[in-house]
Amino acid sequence: MAVAVLSIVPSFHLSAQDTSAIDRGVRIGIIYRPGVRPGLVMLPRTGVGLDSVRAIIARDLDYSDRFEVITLPGGDSIRLATSSSTPTRGTGTRRSGTGTAATGGAQAGTLNYPLYQALGADFALDITAAGDTTVATLHDVAAAGIRRAVRVKLPRPGDPDFRQAVHRLADQTLLAALGTAGIAATRILFVKDGKVYQIDQDGAEQKLVSSSDRQAMSPAWASDGRRFAYMEFQAGKGWLYLQEMGSGKRTAVSTTGSALDFTPAFSPDGQTLAFSRATEEGTDLYTINVKSNCCLRRLTVGRFSDNLSPTFSPDGQRIAFVSTRPGLPQIYVMAADGTDQQLFAPFDYGVTGSSNAPEWSPDGQSVAFHRDVAGTLQVFVLDVRTRTVRQLTSVGRNEDPTWAPDSRHLAFVSDRSGYRQLWIIDLDTGRIRPLLQQSGARLPAWSPRLSEAPSTTP
Amino acid sequence: MKSVTLLLALGLGAAVLTGSSCGGNPPPQNTTPAIDTAAENARIRDSIAAAEAERARQAQAEAERIAAQRRSDSLAALTRAGEEVRTTLAAMIHFDLDKSNIRGDDMGALDQKVAILQANPDLRIRIGGHCDERGSDEYNLALGNRRAQSAKQYLVSHGIDASRIETQSWGEERPLVDGHDENAWSQNRRDEFEPISGGDNLRRP
Repeated sequence: MAVAVLSIVPSFHLSAQDTSAIDRGVRIGIIYRPGVRPGLVMLPRTGVGLDSVRAIIARDLDYSDRFEVITLPGGDSIRLATSSSTPTRGTGTRRSGTGTAATGGAQAGTLNYPLYQALGADFALDITAAGDTTVATLHDVAAAGIRRAVRVKLPRPGDPDFRQAVHRLADQTLLAALGTAGIAATRILFVKDGKVYQIDQDGAEQKLVSSSDRQAMSPAWASDGRRFAYMEFQAGKGWLYLQEMGSGKRTAVSTTGSALDFTPAFSPDGQTLAFSRATEEGTDLYTINVKSNCCLRRLTVGRFSDNLSPTFSPDGQRIAFVSTRPGLPQIYVMAADGTDQQLFAPFDYGVTGSSNAPEWSPDGQSVAFHRDVAGTLQVFVLDVRTRTVRQLTSVGRNEDPTWAPDSRHLAFVSDRSGYRQLWIIDLDTGRIRPLLQQSGARLPAWSPRLSEAPSTTP
Repeated sequence: MKSVTLLLALGLGAAVLTGSSCGGNPPPQNTTPAIDTAAENARIRDSIAAAEAERARQAQAEAERIAAQRRSDSLAALTRAGEEVRTTLAAMIHFDLDKSNIRGDDMGALDQKVAILQANPDLRIRIGGHCDERGSDEYNLALGNRRAQSAKQYLVSHGIDASRIETQSWGEERPLVDGHDENAWSQNRRDEFEPISGGDNLRRP
């Protein structure tokens, strides 16, 4: 009883604290859309060597937050019930019964659709193997038929491209079901102990990508997903480098090395790199053409204020950035040539805390950033059209949000579990999951959709 | 044995006195009139001269030893002074949360650095600006830059040539103190000062 009281009081206190610190016109929390997600059931199989493929795809579809993934209570009994109640193929032993269910799954009308409909499934996904080909068969339960069968040749498990290939299959399944592109085949770059790492969006395959021992910060993807830019401390200066994902080959940006250059950001066409440069005059924004390695251009002249952390709109026309011109850092926007600079995310003078780390969403409609609320940082989202902001987080310190290519998931750094690590939030459902279980990860950058593995691309 | 050493020491002391007073001059003239034969006189003169020469040789050796001692003493003193100056030069200054202005209680420390830079015209220094972990990681690079620039501007406004001062920012990447409380944070919000060149044998202002 005492425990219950203790647990209620702090949470009440926390929400009260959050409300008091909110700007006028800010909506707190997530707007939930109840009960509109279609149900999806993964058909259980045994003994076909596809357990890992099935597990990866089931998790991808779950992490897409677009389905109610239905877990069958005791998969075997359901499967047996299914095969025994399948009128056309009910003969033979138990094992051959399983086999016939597998074959039957690929043929229309043989699945026990009423059973799955009763379980709340709109879709049933069957993963089978035919020789060296893996078949993902998506059943439309209500229509009692096959929506689509996707056939792919997967690399062997253990092959460096295996998991990404399975993720792409999951995305194809999602596309077949909902007509929407998924985010399964994506990765997240982040910094830990001064090194850049990559990790799949499902938390697997963490890998060091830094090819230098110097301290690195602020990785940023090019929109083709084949290279990234980052900053590295070197002899007291900040250097900008471009590195290819596949080969690991890196090149210094031509004009870098003379000052402290940081927070690089690619333009959507991949030709321009915007960045911050700290000099005696303060910090200002510059662009350079990285395709022809020329044409350094200064976009801001801050004098007594700093301008930093650029992020391009997806049409390449505008840049959102941080400026300290109102005293504390806040989110501003300008045309990509530096003209028409204006306030972007509204704030109250003397009330609103520092706002930093903006990132424009891939659909162009939002800018995520973090803001100091009562002495700690929280993730906010600015609606570009209405120029209103809403606070997404309130538990612990939450910072440096980065958009998934679907513009509805954000990865961010949070210490809600006691130490700083990466978390992922779905803005539509409010679901939050940890990406990593280790401390020290920060400055995440979510990749665009990775159509092919960079390692197989010359 | 003890008395012999004492006598020897006294003798040496006297030798030092004579040596230092006479320098390298010829021995003093014999004031007693010549009575004996010329040969006797010459013998006496020779023995006196030999004794004088020996005494002068010892005196010079002692003088050299003392001079060497003085040199090494003054070198040690110089090094001690250099270390003091170096410590004064490296004394950090600190900042309030999210601020880059020089605090009143740090101006004395900066004035001492001005004096050191003036007394050592070959000295060039680097100022590194640092932040605590509470701010945004990337914003802290800009803030650390402001903090380094603030100190540089103070030194330049007090007559130090700007070309003698380099600045850099480390943001929150190099905390001085680990810890997640105000004690650690206040120590980590700082400027560090280090010589780049001309930092050997620093003269006291």
